[in-house]
Amino acid sequence: MSDAVKGLTRQQMADRMALEFRDGWIVNLGVGIPTMCSNTDLGDVDFIYHSENGVIGYGPVAPAGEEDLNLVNAGGQNVTMNPGGSIVHHADSFAIIRGGHIDATVMGAYEVSVTGDFANWKLKGQKGGGIGGAMDLAACAKRVFIILEHVTRRNESRLVERCALPITAKGVVTLVSTNYGLFEPTGTGFLLREIAPGLTVDEIRATTGGVLTVADNLKAVKLAG
Amino acid sequence: MALKSKEVGSFRDAIADIPDGSTIGFGGFAMPGVAYNLIKALLDQGAKRLTLVGNTTGGAAQPRMPDMGMLVENGQVAKVVCAFTAATRPTDVLPFTKYYESGECDAELVPQGTLAERLRAAGAGIPAFYTPTAVGTELAEGRETRIIDGREYLLEYAMPLDYAFIRARRADTFGNLQFHRAQRNFNPVMATAARVTVVEVDEPILPLGAIDPDDVHCSGIFVHRIVQVPPEPEGIWPTRRQERRR
Repeated sequence: MSDAVKGLTRQQMADRMALEFRDGWIVNLGVGIPTMCSNTDLGDVDFIYHSENGVIGYGPVAPAGEEDLNLVNAGGQNVTMNPGGSIVHHADSFAIIRGGHIDATVMGAYEVSVTGDFANWKLKGQKGGGIGGAMDLAACAKRVFIILEHVTRRNESRLVERCALPITAKGVVTLVSTNYGLFEPTGTGFLLREIAPGLTVDEIRATTGGVLTVADNLKAVKLAG
Repeated sequence: MALKSKEVGSFRDAIADIPDGSTIGFGGFAMPGVAYNLIKALLDQGAKRLTLVGNTTGGAAQPRMPDMGMLVENGQVAKVVCAFTAATRPTDVLPFTKYYESGECDAELVPQGTLAERLRAAGAGIPAFYTPTAVGTELAEGRETRIIDGREYLLEYAMPLDYAFIRARRADTFGNLQFHRAQRNFNPVMATAARVTVVEVDEPILPLGAIDPDDVHCSGIFVHRIVQVPPEPEGIWPTRRQERRR
């Protein structure tokens, strides 16, 4: 990450998204920035993390030297189990996903479109790609939340009118947390709900695809703690 | 009545009969549940024109452990069926990717849940099924879809295996299995999909009845050969992963 990145840090982008989690939810975190949601202190909110490899109710990353090498999350990190956790096999784990039992999935992406499409499995010109569980989660979780840096290194927006890359799923994204703020796809553009410190609406409008609308009660990005 | 033991003395003997052209499923997700010792034995055994089925071809994390990608590098593989032909992080490189890009090895890229369900279907007598996964994406182009109750679904076919290589924590002599934590992943499903399931086992093989029937994670009816993993350095065990560069 270059020093020129504006607005929120990666951890703050994750913190803001984690504040959406509600009591009783089952939440699936993708690899990369979404994993950082598990570092956010959410106080009394009672929810459970599901990992695609069938680990339900995992806890923080294990301290060095205390790892169980047969216990990993989707990113391959050696996590711990929380009391009440359980293990299922892969077909059941994805039955949980396709069956609509995941309340929210948080994923990284290269692009998100105004209609809620997103792309995160294949780069431009690449043969094949890395899908993992992303397409299952995207098609079937009750809510699909995306965390990504607002612009590329060349200052091109990742919040676009139409995805240029092959999509992971169509019309599923309802909330986007970037280093510039919190956004909702509206069909023709993005609604700016919360703005990151140091950013202006004009600056965001200039680097966001589609029509940018601004929430009547636009606030600074809410952060935990 | 005494059920015959399925214990085999060596990894080499457990896979000696695998012919060229076989379809082999590789259990495991990240490190847990991967049959490293059987993969290594297959590298030595040398069967060719294989089709490999598993989550990933491997090799993005360090230290590198025996993986499907090594069989590709060894010239044994015609095709892989997996959820990754490239790494999740664009900065990581899978050793397999260049063999795929150059056309030396074919690949079928399958969403992970679809892969698990195709294996489950194969073991459960379901020839094909409809899933909402991948609808509207490049993977669905030109393929059969169907609208059911107003939602579009993609037709996917069962994925039967000739052999499955999996790892478990415990087995009795009949092959009833217990896994530890995330070791379970694809493994019980692969076992149901395979004509011959070969299991490498962490702990000494237990006598019949030592695992309570209520606590069996995969029935021995799906298991054909079991081999105990010897201690290091003869046996290969999961190791601590090196920290990633960020």
